[in-house]
Amino acid sequence: MPLRDAIVLALSQLRVQKLKSFFTLIGVMIGVMFLIGVVSIVEGMGRYVQEGVGGKLLGVNTFTLRRRPDFTAGNVTEATWREWSRRPRIMREDVEAVAAVLPAEDAWAVDNSDWVDAQSRFARSPQVLAHAASASIFAIKHLDIASGRAYSEQEAKFGKPVVVIGQEVADYYFPGLNPIGRELRFDGLPYRVVGVLEKQGTVFGLPLDRQVFAPDLSPLARLTNPRGDVDGVIVQSPTPAGVQEAQEIVRETMRSRHQLRPGVEDDFALESSESALSAWAKIQRILVIAGMVLPAIGLVVGAIVIMNIMLMAVAQRTREIGIRKALGARRRDILRQFLVEAATLSVLGAIVGIALGVGLAHAIAAVSPLPSSVALWSVLLAIALGAGVGIVAGIYPASRASKLDPVVALRAE
Amino acid sequence: MSYQRMDAALSSTDERHAVISSAGVTPGKDWVIVTRGLRRDYDMGGEVVHALRGVDLAVRRNEYVAIMGPSGSGKSTLMNLIGCLDTPTAGEYWLNGSLVSSMSDDELARVRNREIGFVFQTFNLLPRASALHNVELPLVYAGVAAAERRRRAADALARVQLGDRMEHRPNELSGGQRQRVAIARALVNDPAILLADEPTGNLDSQTSDEIMRIFEQLADQGQTVIMVTHEADIAAHARRVVVLRDGRISSDERREQFAARVTT
Repeated sequence: MPLRDAIVLALSQLRVQKLKSFFTLIGVMIGVMFLIGVVSIVEGMGRYVQEGVGGKLLGVNTFTLRRRPDFTAGNVTEATWREWSRRPRIMREDVEAVAAVLPAEDAWAVDNSDWVDAQSRFARSPQVLAHAASASIFAIKHLDIASGRAYSEQEAKFGKPVVVIGQEVADYYFPGLNPIGRELRFDGLPYRVVGVLEKQGTVFGLPLDRQVFAPDLSPLARLTNPRGDVDGVIVQSPTPAGVQEAQEIVRETMRSRHQLRPGVEDDFALESSESALSAWAKIQRILVIAGMVLPAIGLVVGAIVIMNIMLMAVAQRTREIGIRKALGARRRDILRQFLVEAATLSVLGAIVGIALGVGLAHAIAAVSPLPSSVALWSVLLAIALGAGVGIVAGIYPASRASKLDPVVALRAE
Repeated sequence: MSYQRMDAALSSTDERHAVISSAGVTPGKDWVIVTRGLRRDYDMGGEVVHALRGVDLAVRRNEYVAIMGPSGSGKSTLMNLIGCLDTPTAGEYWLNGSLVSSMSDDELARVRNREIGFVFQTFNLLPRASALHNVELPLVYAGVAAAERRRRAADALARVQLGDRMEHRPNELSGGQRQRVAIARALVNDPAILLADEPTGNLDSQTSDEIMRIFEQLADQGQTVIMVTHEADIAAHARRVVVLRDGRISSDERREQFAARVTT
């Protein structure tokens, strides 16, 4: 019997026994629902992290030279922390040495930051996240200007007291006013606002619209880094391969400047969005595996229910099997009929489960800050699992049906 | 109707004896059924029951044969063997030139599909399928494409005057109509034999006559018909009557001889 006929037959069988079919499907439905739900949420978290870390915090195709890592997974031990504290600071001279050897197509920027007090004629406090950064920071981090302009290389070089401010800073310190050309003071020092950034939102609770950027050689640097060192140098390459290459160049330069012997560990950190994300990837894997327990239980229960229902169906339809055999159905025709029926049942359950799972993901997205992201692979996996569960659960009943003796089967009921 | 024509279709005792006695030899083309020493034993919890104790039967193409016998005579067993639903313990069974007594399950399924049209006492239609779908079923297993299947099933239903009941389900049809659907289903694959098992057992006498007339017509049109029954008056519709007793053929004669013997 062709597959199409077998599926049509299976569907008509389902129509006849709607309620029974529904109960049969619950296990698979719940299993698939949680599968889709869990995967969607974890994927959503993944996208959130990726956009946050890769896009907004670090930038694309970049890495940062720092004294110690900024993004860490898990707990940092006391010993590690002590080692980090003993490390030499990154100094201006280091930056110049590194910049001198980087390939010409790579961009770099010094970025120092700290929370500082600010005040204007209209408001004072709360603190803003002040960056004393090179002019190239705007290009590297894709910080787009909503109004006014960014400061220039020239202004940065001479440490001019100009500042580019975030949306929230603009709204708070200059309520209802155009902040361009107005004065914002940091620790009493007046800065002229030259630009306002596009709205950026929040990443991991960090309000990106409460940032301000001023030239790294302006007096603001004395607030962020009183010791005269540098928090970090961001390097950006046009390609991922360029990032690798630049990282090696910076590593060699820094090692020779710190006079590290071969075999001795780096006493600085090179942090890329990739390395920061690898920590997340580890967490994500654990979440997915843990999240699979519930769906797995659902599917096992679903398989057992389907097997029982199919055994009942074979018993109830013994006469039908006898008739089909008398009319020329071979063993494999009967086997296939019941396998297709079990698989169709199960795939239908999976489809309903997918719909419920997508609903669940959206519901969670609605009540939490996590975006939901239904992964195509999880939908395909769900359908494949549905069919697989049906086939596995159907094998035993279908083989029993196929082995019935036609003479005995025709005498049934 | 001329007895002359019917007689031409009937095999003679000598011809049958000749084809049966040459064991192992493939019968000639016009012999649809030849059994040689067909035996069937059942193991009933350690006790062996001999349902058939050596049945020699030969049926030529176009014959209309009734197999009669009281219950326990082995006629159901013989019908299962002739219908390829069961395999013999010993002996040969040649159907339409093939030795089916040594075939595998799947080969038997194919033979049932191509060579045999069943008509059962209890109709054995699929209750939830339309008349048309029921008639299509053998074609489904023969691998016929859907459109062709539909056309042939509709033709077969028209042959039994049910062209206007194609979409009805069995429970929407009378007993006689159901049996006609079953006959259409039996004929749809153009089988070598139409094998009927007590075809009128569940029908009133008027409907029985109607079904018997259909069998008569089919036989006239050249269809080989084997009918198993325990009723003498039904058996008398066939042109040749084989009587089974205790697992053996006790008589094999023309209808007229049988009728004369039974009525006196």
